[in-house]
Amino acid sequence: MKRAMSWLAPFAARPIALVGLALLVVVLLAAFFAPWMAPFDPQEMDPIIRLSPPDAVHWFGTDQFGRDTLSRVIYSSRMALLVGVGVVVFAMLTGVPIGVFSALFPRVGHVLMRMVDVLMAFPSLLLALGLIVILGPSVANSIIAVGAGFLTTTTRIVYGLTLRLKSETYVEAARSMGSRTGWLITRHILPNLVSPLLVQASFVFAFAQLAAASLDFLGLGAPPTIPSWGNMLAESRQFITRASWLLFFPGMMIVLTAFALNLVGDSLRDRLDPRFRDMLGGEA
Amino acid sequence: MWSYVLTRVAAMLVTLFFASIIIFGFIHAIPGDPIYVLLGDMATPEQAEKLRESLGLNQPIIVQYLQWAGRAVTGDLGRSIFYQAPVLSAIADGAETSILLASITMTWVLLIGVPIGMIAAMRHGTWLDQGLSGAAMLLASVPTFWVGLYLILIFAAWLGWLPSSGYPSIFEEGGLANLRYLLLPSLTLAAPNAALILRLTRASMLDVSREDYVRTARAKGIRPWRVVTRHIFRNALLAVVSAFGFTFAALLSEAVVTETVFALPGIGRLVVQSILNRDYPVIQGITLVVVVIYLVINLLVDISYRLLDPRVELQ
Amino acid sequence: MSMLALEYLTVSVGSGSFAVDIVSGVSLSVGRREIVGLVGESGSGKSMTSLAAMGLLPKPGPHIRSGRILLAGVDVTQLEPWQRVEAGHGAMAMIFQEPMTSLNPVRRVGDQIVEAVQVREKISRAAAMDRARELLELVRIPDALMQLRAFPHQLSGGMRQRVMIAIALASRPQVLIADEPTTALDVTVQFQILRLLRELCNELDMAMLFITHDMGVIAQLADRVAVMYAGRIVETASVKELFGAPGHPYSRSLMDCMPIRGVGLRRLRTIAGQAPRPGSVRAGCAFAARCPDMQDSCRVDLPPRRELGAGHDALCGFPVTDGRPL
Repeated sequence: MKRAMSWLAPFAARPIALVGLALLVVVLLAAFFAPWMAPFDPQEMDPIIRLSPPDAVHWFGTDQFGRDTLSRVIYSSRMALLVGVGVVVFAMLTGVPIGVFSALFPRVGHVLMRMVDVLMAFPSLLLALGLIVILGPSVANSIIAVGAGFLTTTTRIVYGLTLRLKSETYVEAARSMGSRTGWLITRHILPNLVSPLLVQASFVFAFAQLAAASLDFLGLGAPPTIPSWGNMLAESRQFITRASWLLFFPGMMIVLTAFALNLVGDSLRDRLDPRFRDMLGGEA
Repeated sequence: MWSYVLTRVAAMLVTLFFASIIIFGFIHAIPGDPIYVLLGDMATPEQAEKLRESLGLNQPIIVQYLQWAGRAVTGDLGRSIFYQAPVLSAIADGAETSILLASITMTWVLLIGVPIGMIAAMRHGTWLDQGLSGAAMLLASVPTFWVGLYLILIFAAWLGWLPSSGYPSIFEEGGLANLRYLLLPSLTLAAPNAALILRLTRASMLDVSREDYVRTARAKGIRPWRVVTRHIFRNALLAVVSAFGFTFAALLSEAVVTETVFALPGIGRLVVQSILNRDYPVIQGITLVVVVIYLVINLLVDISYRLLDPRVELQ
Repeated sequence: MSMLALEYLTVSVGSGSFAVDIVSGVSLSVGRREIVGLVGESGSGKSMTSLAAMGLLPKPGPHIRSGRILLAGVDVTQLEPWQRVEAGHGAMAMIFQEPMTSLNPVRRVGDQIVEAVQVREKISRAAAMDRARELLELVRIPDALMQLRAFPHQLSGGMRQRVMIAIALASRPQVLIADEPTTALDVTVQFQILRLLRELCNELDMAMLFITHDMGVIAQLADRVAVMYAGRIVETASVKELFGAPGHPYSRSLMDCMPIRGVGLRRLRTIAGQAPRPGSVRAGCAFAARCPDMQDSCRVDLPPRRELGAGHDALCGFPVTDGRPL
């Protein structure tokens, strides 16, 4: 219990981080309880009130089809959550095994890390675009495409962390006593990876939002039938002079979500063991 | 020193080699017959056969790769399906825009990010520092296309001060004044990257100022400003320099979106259009060029880092 | 006249109701050609005391809450080193424990010494470099001219520490503070550095405050000793008196802990328990919990400072005045 409480300490020190946490909770709630929270059906079109500014009925105004912006924004949080979780899971499920394995078995590890280096030669968005071309645009593929970019950084971080842990005296001691590698991994390495990976996960989640929104904006991510903040912004492009609220609200949500995640990640990193702090940047 | 450079160049070439394999394999990874991928769906069987022979696609894949790589080295990156012109010329057309955009953006990033990061570090713990760091984090959380759209809305639509799209070349009429077309796009692209450089500079300076040798410098009685310039800044800069490569890659990525928003005739927009047009040779060609540029930049950064840090040089 | 005098110096962290004293009411003085040792366990506050005396407390962080620092009779409390230079006060220099990290890795040794020289003397770079060479010779570095161009990582630990001493001497200091300068060095090198310090102290008329946790070094080097515990000076004495007739129970326990050559086999003694964290002892003597001679009043009343002889005092309610032979 005490350990759980100590995670909250940096949040208490920086109250704005608590705001970030609260924001995330709101987004989470919006995603789960969308049908109950949204005042209108996000697909319901009403051409008579198209492009009307925010008012008492439609708090965020309506778009070019007369759809309620607030409801669409709320439903879009589902996509944001889905993509965020998807990318984080993808990055962790690929990055952790490759990173740990490479660190513990140096000969194979060197080769693997060189391959990761090759992947890193491609700027992340180009990599994502390339994968979308091969796989075709869809939600699942955009998760893979964006995830591939974070796979490399996560693998690098896990590799570095595991190397450091490997040379910690207690691990050497365990090894000298003849512990089997599997035991070593589960008992010594993985538990120590949890905190830094939690920090990394926050940042990945944050930047995944921006990357996915970019893909959606270009029309290469989620199909237009599914509401997402990126999609909403893409559709709003022609109307920004007439209906600037269409630009404001979805974009603001992306900013707030990414900002909140960055704040949380920063605060978590402050609480972290200083050994690892220099390895975890704020960038993905 | 030179042996170091040579090893790094060799490593770079190896990486480039493997990356080129991936790029080459790209066309074959796309579902469907590569011929129709290259020609588009409207091709006739005769055209298909002709292309298949001329491209040597009936040959073993290794031979195909070598032919492709050989041609690429001489500058022949294939033909664009959409433009019916060599890929290289399509890229060259967009090069001016993209290079200028990248350079101007990088200038903003360094001119804004580094000094403000320094100020935040020197006023560590004060409201100014907290405010600047918070603003930086906020700016880093903003999607570039949103900033772009808003800048268009404010400065082009509402205020009418700046153009919202397009870019006439500076070699045409208008001359250097045409650079104002790049003002909004470069600010858009610079915003999140400047924020990241700001945070990096600040963090790096704070780390260095905690080092023992800074304490020694203070003990000598040197004035605080001199301590910063002579001891802290130089060492903190090392971290910023090594982030240069990463920042540049981010710039290349984000430029794709920015050029789309501002309808700039650059390489980024070419990428997007080629994806939508299924113009795969262009995608391949651009990717190869970008990867080469990125690897070269990283190499230069690596070498300059070693030049700055004598500890490594003298090993 | 004492060159360095600390009068009831108190350093604390935090502010308002969260303030905790990490150094409490420390008073000591060091005279010309005198080496005063400051002994204590890690965390006793000895480094903090020295940093405070130098004016090097990190900002933000611990700060001097009360007390005075007198350098050659002049009040320099709260003044940072550069402010002392500006005001034209005397010079106080410091050498640190880790010579590797205390030198700027990307600048040549000569440049770093020149920088120190030019703070106080407005001379040309060439002249300053010449003086830097002299300083390297003063600290007995062979081949001084060559070493000026070296980078710190090219030198051995002992050489680096000599460079640090040269930097410290550049300002012709009246007071030199040495914070565990030999702890990170091999024993043989340690001996050489200590001897060098002793000689320099005499040759250059300096006052030296030497901080260490090693009683052996104190025996070898110091004239007088101040023992610190939990942020307070618990005993001040000449070396002879401290080793021969320690008054404070803590000092006596320290003496007992020292291994002795020539006395059969015996189990090494330790002091049970741990030093208290700053601010955790609300009342009474900080050493009470571990003191073999503790009385009831020790837990309640702050111990008084008792004179045990000329220049010998102890912060204890019940010091031993009849001495115990080792």
